[in-house]
Amino acid sequence: MSAAPSRQVEVAALERVANRVKRFEFVPCDGQPLPVFSAGAHVVVTMREGDRVFRNPYSLMGSPFSTDRYQISVLRAPESRGGSAFMHEKVKEGTKLEISQPVNLFPIVGTGRKHLLIAGGIGITPFLAMMEQLKATGSPFELHYGMRSAEEGAYFERLNSLPGVHIYREDRSERIPLAEILGNQPLGTHLYVCGPQGMIDWTLKTAAQEGWPEDNVHYEHFAAPPPGEPFLVKLAKSGREVKVGAHQSLLEALEQAGVDAPYLCRGGACGQCLTRVVSAEGALIHNDHVLTDEEMREGKLIATCVSRGTGCLTLDL
Amino acid sequence: MIIQTIKSRPTYPGLQINPHAKANLIAVDADGREGIAELSEKIDDAVIERTTILLSTAGLQEEDPAAALGKMKAANVWTFPTNETLLARLDIALSKARMGTQLYAVGNEPLLAEVVQLGMKHGIPHPAIGTEHRGSLRRRVQCVHCKGITENVTTNPVTCSHCGLNLLVRDHYSRRIGAFQGVCIDAEAPGEAPEQKVEFA
Amino acid sequence: MTKMFTSTMFKDETFRDDYTFANSPESIKRFPFPFWEDQYNYSVNIEPHVPGPKGSVYEFPIDIDEHYVSDMRDRAIVLKEDPLRVQALPHMMTAQWDTLELLMTSMAEAYPEHFTLNRNGDDWHWINRPLGIEDRFRFGDAATLPYEPMEYITRQCQGDFAILDHRDNNLWMDAGIATSQADWSLDFDIGMNFMEWHAPVPMAHDMGIFDRALKFLLAMQYGSPVRRLNWTMTINPRLDTSPENYHKWGKDRASVTPENVGDKVHLRVELQGLWRLPRSNAILFSIRAYLLKMRELVTMPDHARRFHRILSTLPPELAEYKGLTRYVDVTRDWLAQYDDGEPTPKGFLFK
Repeated sequence: MSAAPSRQVEVAALERVANRVKRFEFVPCDGQPLPVFSAGAHVVVTMREGDRVFRNPYSLMGSPFSTDRYQISVLRAPESRGGSAFMHEKVKEGTKLEISQPVNLFPIVGTGRKHLLIAGGIGITPFLAMMEQLKATGSPFELHYGMRSAEEGAYFERLNSLPGVHIYREDRSERIPLAEILGNQPLGTHLYVCGPQGMIDWTLKTAAQEGWPEDNVHYEHFAAPPPGEPFLVKLAKSGREVKVGAHQSLLEALEQAGVDAPYLCRGGACGQCLTRVVSAEGALIHNDHVLTDEEMREGKLIATCVSRGTGCLTLDL
Repeated sequence: MIIQTIKSRPTYPGLQINPHAKANLIAVDADGREGIAELSEKIDDAVIERTTILLSTAGLQEEDPAAALGKMKAANVWTFPTNETLLARLDIALSKARMGTQLYAVGNEPLLAEVVQLGMKHGIPHPAIGTEHRGSLRRRVQCVHCKGITENVTTNPVTCSHCGLNLLVRDHYSRRIGAFQGVCIDAEAPGEAPEQKVEFA
Repeated sequence: MTKMFTSTMFKDETFRDDYTFANSPESIKRFPFPFWEDQYNYSVNIEPHVPGPKGSVYEFPIDIDEHYVSDMRDRAIVLKEDPLRVQALPHMMTAQWDTLELLMTSMAEAYPEHFTLNRNGDDWHWINRPLGIEDRFRFGDAATLPYEPMEYITRQCQGDFAILDHRDNNLWMDAGIATSQADWSLDFDIGMNFMEWHAPVPMAHDMGIFDRALKFLLAMQYGSPVRRLNWTMTINPRLDTSPENYHKWGKDRASVTPENVGDKVHLRVELQGLWRLPRSNAILFSIRAYLLKMRELVTMPDHARRFHRILSTLPPELAEYKGLTRYVDVTRDWLAQYDDGEPTPKGFLFK
């Protein structure tokens, strides 16, 4: 597990904020203040149903300065592997959940002079917190938010007429004029994008074409671990065997089996879950963004949160 | 030839022109002109047309030091008598520049140091500034004792031009200050110091 | 501005000029002797910074000891002579407040007899009895404090501090205070990243020590601080062994004789703590120096034996880098009389 101790929270409120999006408010069960956090941070929410465990990272969308409650928004994924379905269907007011300490893999760059926020769909969530933080420090920013429609776009009403916020509705054929926006920014502007992978790819490509250095471009994508064929994992240290289901990640299967496996981002981006492979009967399917091509070929390490194997895999756990 | 003896000693990867940049600003000194000449053979005219060259002619006795550069079809070639006057103009240019402007420097290390400092002052992350070292290895040295900077250091040790201490010129380098560190060489045995020999010609 | 008085808990001693510093028997016993075997090797040696045994230097997140008042007096002298020993780049203000909050709450919780912190929303009231300081201020408003937040609180807390900005997959020393450093310049290193400020350290880079340490630190989370120990040696109990003043203290290294080793030669250990800060996502790095005279060290036989063996096997490049070359031999020879050749206990001698 990730090293820091987690907190028990209770759902104090929940509401539908768009067609497939619900907002949840968490308050601490022990009455102690929640930590202040830096905008862009997420918490990993642990959900339990019988003997099933789901863990998903969700951006904290509320003000980073509020210590009495945290807020997250959850998009009901059409092919949910359990987490978002659980949040939408099983969680009510009073439901108790576990959350990790806030972790920030998508922070505001302190040395930036201006901040351009580009949001796609549910990717709006970290930017809601970022806007609070940027306002508090008096830092100039712009938010450009692309949504399918006002009904699908969470927080459309709240954001629609805010200064510095531009909303683009796909159902009205409105598109973010990114090249134009990027062409007119002062030196020292930083760009942040959060949304579907396709949108991130397009943003990075456009920024490069507009002559923006990579150092000024930042992104976060909550990738769901891709499914695959079931396979078997042997744990070299304990001798145990764990079956990994088709729609379950290796990490999730280990956690299900009560193994204390390391993780942090759960999205293949940070390298914390990299585990030594003792031997592999079949192929390793690497889905992470951390290992080099050479390391992937060598097959000595695997990112348990998103990568898979075939046949039987023995890990140094 | 610059060798990275320790991890804070900068190395200069050489100019790799970004073809997507909307505008290029290149600062050059006398030794750096050769680098520009080589570069111009490798890049498109379209890119050169979006480029402004700032040349410091400090140390040159030639009649027309910018002659070769003038033949390139750059948007501007500005000539300055010293690094200092070049940097003053560059400061103005950067204050008006938009994102998509690329900054480069070619020449001796002191020029590279001060251009990087200036770029950072305007919010450009330092890895995004293109640098290429040419010519002399002379250094800027900050005396850790009086904080004064001694320019054009070629010997090791060197006498601090401010407080007079005899300084060991280390390879430990600060990008923020744009200089190598100088530390009193005879602190433990005052008076016992090696001869000041040329080390950074 | 603030009146300093010495209570009976705290010693009145100097770390310069007449060098009256000395450790009480309790202080000697709790000294964080860093060697767990008879030969010193580099390692990442990071462990969770969790509460240690009562009375030990690890009991609390921040350790305040009998040298506190004199230590802070020495700090004030250094800062008066050289204001560049405390600096913060403009974007680090949030991290400065994070630091003030962490240190104030740690000190007030661990030592309620000395420090009191009352908070009413953003209206804070701080009392530091040993230093005779009392201030009311608004958290987040630097104009309500006599110094910027980091300088304000570190003038009241033992140890040097560096605040590391986390960006571009690296850590940047963008703020800090250094008045008790072992020969590195804050002014020079401000703005450097992790690899750059560690550049002068020999051998460790090739061993991958810093690559592993950086990777670990980037993944550090709020609520899980870590610590490690670092060591060097100093002649005279001088806290300010900065490069800035090297031309003043450097010659002390050549002043060691077989007769004065016991008094002049000190083992200097740094207890380094690292915390993830909540609002800024930066990392606070504390560097807390402890000094032990050789004559104090040898009152503990296991320590004496082990340290003799450490010095006997120390690679010359390490001795050179740590500045020990002129006196390491005479010190080792002096320690030899306390090494009876018996085996030393396995592991840390200090529990």
